[in-house]
Amino acid sequence: MRLKLTSEEKDMLDGKQGRSTQKSMEILTTLGEIFDAECMIEVYSVQIAGVSYANLGEAGLEFLSEMAEDGKVRVLTTLNPAGMDRENWQALGIEKEFAVNQNRAIDTFAKMGIITTCSCTPYLIGNAPHFGQHIAWAESSAVCYSNSVIGARTNREGGPSALAAALTGKTPKYGYHLDKNRHGQVLIEVKVPVKGTDEFGVLGKIIGDKLVELGKKIPYITGISSATVEELKSFCASVATYGGTALFHMEGITPEYNMYPKPRDNIFEINQDNLNKTRSELIDDDIEIDFVSIGCPHASIHEIATIASLLKGEKVKKEFWITTARPTKRIADEAGYSKIIEDAGAKFAADTCCVVAPIKGRFKGIMVDSAKACYYGRAKNKFKVKIGTIEECVKEATI
Amino acid sequence: MKLEGRKIYKGIAEAEAIVTKDGISFYGGVDPDTGKVVEVGHELEGQSITGKVLVFPTGKGSTVGSYTMYRMKKKNTAPAAIVNEQIDTIIAVGCIISEIPCVDKIDINNIKTGQKIIVNGSEGTVEIK
Repeated sequence: MRLKLTSEEKDMLDGKQGRSTQKSMEILTTLGEIFDAECMIEVYSVQIAGVSYANLGEAGLEFLSEMAEDGKVRVLTTLNPAGMDRENWQALGIEKEFAVNQNRAIDTFAKMGIITTCSCTPYLIGNAPHFGQHIAWAESSAVCYSNSVIGARTNREGGPSALAAALTGKTPKYGYHLDKNRHGQVLIEVKVPVKGTDEFGVLGKIIGDKLVELGKKIPYITGISSATVEELKSFCASVATYGGTALFHMEGITPEYNMYPKPRDNIFEINQDNLNKTRSELIDDDIEIDFVSIGCPHASIHEIATIASLLKGEKVKKEFWITTARPTKRIADEAGYSKIIEDAGAKFAADTCCVVAPIKGRFKGIMVDSAKACYYGRAKNKFKVKIGTIEECVKEATI
Repeated sequence: MKLEGRKIYKGIAEAEAIVTKDGISFYGGVDPDTGKVVEVGHELEGQSITGKVLVFPTGKGSTVGSYTMYRMKKKNTAPAAIVNEQIDTIIAVGCIISEIPCVDKIDINNIKTGQKIIVNGSEGTVEIK
């Protein structure tokens, strides 16, 4: 066995620090051996996915309950969205039985010392690592954002491996924790201006689809002159959904773009035709829109301010959800945005999102500004989908 | 015949092998209540994997599959052991949390459905009786 453990790590593996710590170390050392890690490293923080009861089921909850018997987190640990708004679930049409089970799951996480943020954008609400820090995050969009935009280092963890990292404060050093695995593999030259969360999502799908076709993971993207945090979070969610991408470099934008050489083969251009074609793939024929949602990944305070300015004095005529983190919602409450939005008849769905809430079949057609939401809207919830700008989404809700 | 592989999770199990060339997704692809493969078009569709040594190339699908394996163990519908050509993280984590003996780096062409085999997850070996 190549993996070298410290005496503390050996104690954890031998069960001297309790059963949950032992089980966690079994998971981490086995992954370390499979991926040929030399040692374990300490992580600054953890983001846990697999929170919605719709995904966990009784099986996942049983496992979590067993781990919570003596398990306590050793590092900052935050939680992915749950299947419902914890305060407002009834107004959003969630069944009581589901709500009870969802709360059992969240309480179990809380028992282990996990901060129950219930958000896919931990980097916006206090789980914010700095450049070069090692972390162990699940949630594919946040993994992509932290690796690429922040320059922190994480593999794409699953629910149990992220929990194991939280309960030990460690992760095996392999994959994206190592410089040698962070080089760009495919050069993507964007030859057309890209703007807006929807268009960055379209770009993410083009690149993600191309990576799958090539069997590659890390794109090096040129030709983007500027990008907002919101555009990047939409891009991350999309390229992770369609391409399984955990890391990209964007010339002039992301912090590691000049640390590694530009790829010299596998060069692809993206032009206006590519954008148009892929956008049309994210608009279903004969769609009848009865649901609009913004906030995949969770809406930032800037996006909520934009929605409030667009909705001021308007009335929505369709079900319209703004999905966000509860701390962001609280800022919106204090700033007066929430009142404007709720007076217009739109609803906040904090703690949750359209990907994980149990809304399969409840609506016919959804309009979103997110390419990731299109994927799950179709695959998981059986909706027809349409992508558009944030302005077009708000307008659609009011007609 | 004794095959040498890599240990993934400890423990020894002796049972009948059920072999497939298809990947397995425990989340959605296997019914944890009945122990049967339910993925449409899968080579093992409709067959039970409960109490058998499940032999397949590698795992696929959602990471929630690890929890499905745990559920099966609790409901006594889990396989007795797992043998893979190349382990993936979902199956590895599933075996660890469910305490199912597991070995990989085995040429599964050597194993036929119905053979009695002994999986030694502590040593990383598979013995065909």
